[in-house]
Amino acid sequence: MINHLIIGNSAAAIGGVEGIRRSDRENPITLIAEEPYPCYSRPLISYYLEGKVAENEMGYRGADFYAANRVEARLGVRAQRIDPDRQEVILETGEVLPYDRLLIATGSRPVTPPIKGIEKKGVFFFNKLDYARALRQYVSPGSRCAVIGGGLTGLKAAEALVHLGARVLVTDISSCLLSSILDPAGAEIVKRHLAGSGIGFQLGVPVVELAGDSRVEGLIFADGGSKAVDAVIVATGVRPNLEVVSDTGVDVGQGIIVDNQLQTNLPGIFAAGDVSEGWDIVLQQRRVIANLPNAYRQGETAGRNMAGEKVVYPGGVALNSVSFFGLAIATAGISNSEDAGVEAVRYLKEAEKIYRRLNFREGRLVGYICIGEISRVGILTALIKSRTPLADKRQGLLKGDFGLVDLPEEVRLSWRWERGELTWRF
Amino acid sequence: MSKRVICKEDVCIGCHLCEINCITAHSSYPHDIWKAFKLQKERPIARVLVEEKGETSFALSCRQCREPECVKSCLTGALRIDPVSGVVVLAQERCIGCWTCIVSCPYGAIRPSGGKRMVAAKCDLCQGIREVPACVAGCPNDALELADGREE
Repeated sequence: MINHLIIGNSAAAIGGVEGIRRSDRENPITLIAEEPYPCYSRPLISYYLEGKVAENEMGYRGADFYAANRVEARLGVRAQRIDPDRQEVILETGEVLPYDRLLIATGSRPVTPPIKGIEKKGVFFFNKLDYARALRQYVSPGSRCAVIGGGLTGLKAAEALVHLGARVLVTDISSCLLSSILDPAGAEIVKRHLAGSGIGFQLGVPVVELAGDSRVEGLIFADGGSKAVDAVIVATGVRPNLEVVSDTGVDVGQGIIVDNQLQTNLPGIFAAGDVSEGWDIVLQQRRVIANLPNAYRQGETAGRNMAGEKVVYPGGVALNSVSFFGLAIATAGISNSEDAGVEAVRYLKEAEKIYRRLNFREGRLVGYICIGEISRVGILTALIKSRTPLADKRQGLLKGDFGLVDLPEEVRLSWRWERGELTWRF
Repeated sequence: MSKRVICKEDVCIGCHLCEINCITAHSSYPHDIWKAFKLQKERPIARVLVEEKGETSFALSCRQCREPECVKSCLTGALRIDPVSGVVVLAQERCIGCWTCIVSCPYGAIRPSGGKRMVAAKCDLCQGIREVPACVAGCPNDALELADGREE
């Protein structure tokens, strides 16, 4: 008998279960999760906050998932540490669980920025259901809410709060919204769209302090300015939850370092998702790629290998797709770089809020930004992942209605992804 | 193993009837083209798309991939492989229109539905609507066929 043990209960962990069960129907799987809920879709918390999705509609998998996959789910208990020599995981309750194969899928948690008074009441993070629940209690129509961090998480929170009738101010150190994925031209369109939907902005000036006694009452900016608020949402990025591997001998960089089978340096121990530092196909280096598609794929690959298959994950790419008040934004790979060697081709219709930027390097597509028109952009993602040579076809891909027919003939005729990308490569 | 609709490119003449028949099949009047186009308020989007350039034309719909990028990328779990039929199915009521599937599908075969509640829409092989997919049944040139998914 082989004991499969999984720490975590989000996309990477669920991918792990489904990966194991592709070939191993017999051996037991135990899953440990800190949150007390069955697996739910984290991106849905903003939809929950605005009331679009009810709590019982948030399941990432059906209610019978654990039973159907014969998983013993230990929900609401924290895994304290791993003992690799004894092949055991010690829970916070003192209970000890043995394993033969271990998947660490502990995810990430919000960064706490260096802002004075951030521990005050009325300050929330926004990465799990409990925060969305608490916010829903705290905020009412007319509440003045400040979102610190103009990234995807912060802006989704801001959108939901507007729908709740709150007055929302978004602040960011950067003068650009979504500065990790958009360039100034793209950020400007998004900002104009969000401003038109009722969100206010204070960009380019850091918040240094949260005013108020025990409860937050205002923001104080580095330039001395201030703003009265009732609630603050902090969304300034995430970092991997690495505590469980401290002092274990598991190699760690920014995240847990994994090979192309998602195995750590210690035999039998795998890691996947936001906690792992895996291969980036575009950058051709290891890094933490914190997005859900990558987490699931890594988890699934880890699971298959835990079950004894020998499956290689070719690597992930940065990939984001999001809509704010109906404006669709998709980015992938190297999306906003101004580095030499990255050649950008652009198409901008400012009034219609349409923007497309394709980035080429050495005759290959390495990334894109698509705003407003995202129809069929998965073809672009596949061009990036397959590193297809594309020297002469740039203008065709810039059209809003581009398709497979616009690819070079030899590429189009060999476009086969049905069995997964490993069978298909230029 | 799932079946899928494939297109014989050398036979397809780009008449777009497959799109018309797909729209009809997914309307409230699945057997009446006239009613589907004239009476239905929110016209469904075609889940098959004809691509054309010069003499080249072909109809493209979901490949019902064995390792579907869309399913693995879906943020909510709305997309999954039907364990019985092998068809990649979308539970539209669970879709939030984040378009991660659109960003992930290498064929560009998933599209926004249109209408008030914008969600994803994809080929369902007319399951529960008719025996043979409407695009295949109505192709005047037999360019479309329902093929065994094993064929690559």
